[in-house]
Order: sequence, then structure tokens, then C-alpha cells
Amino acid sequence: MSIWEYANPKKFMQTSAWALPWVTGLAAITLVAGLVWGFFFTPEAANFGTTVKIIYIHVPSAMMAINIWVMMLVTSLIWLIRRHHVSALAAKAAAPVGLVMTLIALFTGAIWGQPMWGTWWEWDPRLTSFLILGLFYLGYIALWQAIDNPDTAADLTGVLCLVGSVFALLSRYAVNFWNQGLHQGASLSVDKQENVSDVYWYPLLLCITGFILLFIMLVLTRTRTEVRLRRLKALEARERLA
Amino acid sequence: MIPELGKYAVSVMSAYGVTLVLLVGIVAQSLWRAARVRRALDAQEQRTGARNG
Repeated sequence: MSIWEYANPKKFMQTSAWALPWVTGLAAITLVAGLVWGFFFTPEAANFGTTVKIIYIHVPSAMMAINIWVMMLVTSLIWLIRRHHVSALAAKAAAPVGLVMTLIALFTGAIWGQPMWGTWWEWDPRLTSFLILGLFYLGYIALWQAIDNPDTAADLTGVLCLVGSVFALLSRYAVNFWNQGLHQGASLSVDKQENVSDVYWYPLLLCITGFILLFIMLVLTRTRTEVRLRRLKALEARERLA
Repeated sequence: MIPELGKYAVSVMSAYGVTLVLLVGIVAQSLWRAARVRRALDAQEQRTGARNG
């Protein structure tokens, strides 16, 4: 069996119909469990006080904002190189979810930053690159809406996705590239000394899993809608010609 | 039931509130649009099927 089988819309619809209830159930369980654990059953931190509870929504959403763009980059490249329609539609379906994740990361970051740094916003490398990533999401969605021909739209948004990847990478590594600004370094690390302590790490891991599963659920649902919409437009066009 | 959040209560609750609104919004919009497109496609397929006999 090859992964390219899923480029066939019929195969994609069959497989996603089977997977969707499982992914939805798992997303709901992990997300609720992680957020309840983090919000109700973790202690306040010495340096952050009770604002540490914001970590359970801020870190997963920021991770998703960057990684959704990476997923869009991969699916856009598959479209540009192999012309598989489902992959272009998956990229289109993922963009609004990525925008929402970026907005959550920006809003929760500002709300967290105010009591910790004394300011809602600072033109810090990571914050600024995240804002630009959000603008790229908006531009990407607008470009899909602005072009009638779906193949042309997929081509142009694919190129925009390639360009925007620079900012997705910058958002991830800004604190490493420029050792300045207010934002702290990465909260998560394979090095146990640098990673957040276990009491915060386990519920955070559950929340990250929940956000990933929620994204998979949303992107499957939205891609299925895009596949149906394309078939609907094809049938309408055929009816007009008849 | 709600843990003691002290002087940061407004910050923590508003961060969770904004997140909840945005997540519920994108889930609701995705499901609503999925249902709308599915209904439209079913209706179109019935029309096409009826016309083709």
C-alpha cells in the first residue's frame, strides 16, 4: 500500500470517515484531561505565580501555529510537484486553524506578558515574527478566496506558503538567532535540566497531544468539506452545460 | 472548585476565556460549513440523478 493512494479523493473520504470519530473522541478526552489537570491540579510557580497555568494553552497553540504552517508547506509541495488535489485542499483546510492557533498564542502571550513584563506587547524577535506569521496566514486565506480557478489558487498559495515558511522557521528559532528581547527561550527541551519541571510537564504534554488531535480532527473535517465542495461545483458546472 | 488564582485571576481567566471562544468558534464554523456543503451536495446529486433517470 502506498501513501499516494490517499491522494485519490474517494480513498481519502473513506479512510477519513473511519478515522474521524476516533480522532474526535481522543481529542476531546486528552484536551479536557490536560486542561483540567493543568488548571485545577498544578501548583503555582515561584517565578510566574498562578500565571503558569497559561502555559497549557499558550505553548500548545504556539507550537501548532508553527507546525500547521510546516504541514501546509509539505502538502503545498506535494501539490506543486505531484499535482494531487487532496493535498492542496488539505493545505487550504488547515490555514484557518493555523490562524486561530496564532491568534491564541498572540492573545495569551499578551495577557501573560502584561503582569510578567509590565507590557502587553514588545517588538521582540519572537513576538514580531509570530505577528508576521499571523499576517501570512491571513494573506494565504485571502489569496485562496481571491482566485476563482482552484488550480491557479493552489499554485499561487503554494508559492506563498514557501515564502511564509521563512517566518514559520523564524518564529520557532527567533530566540536562538537573536539573543535579545523579552521572550524567554524554549520552555520544552530534551535536556531534563532545561525542560519545565515534571509537575507542569506531564499535563502540558497531554494538552499538546490534545491540540494536535484537535487539529487533525479539524483538518480532516475541513478537507472533506473542500472535497465535497469541489464535487458540488463540478456537478453545477455540468448542469449549466447540459 | 476554581483554584485560588490570587492577583493574577483576571489574567488567567481571560487567557482561558479567549482560547475557549476561539477554539469553540473554529470547531463550530467547521462543523456548520461541513453540514451546509453536505446538504447542498446531496441535493445536487439528487437533481443530477433524477435528470439522468
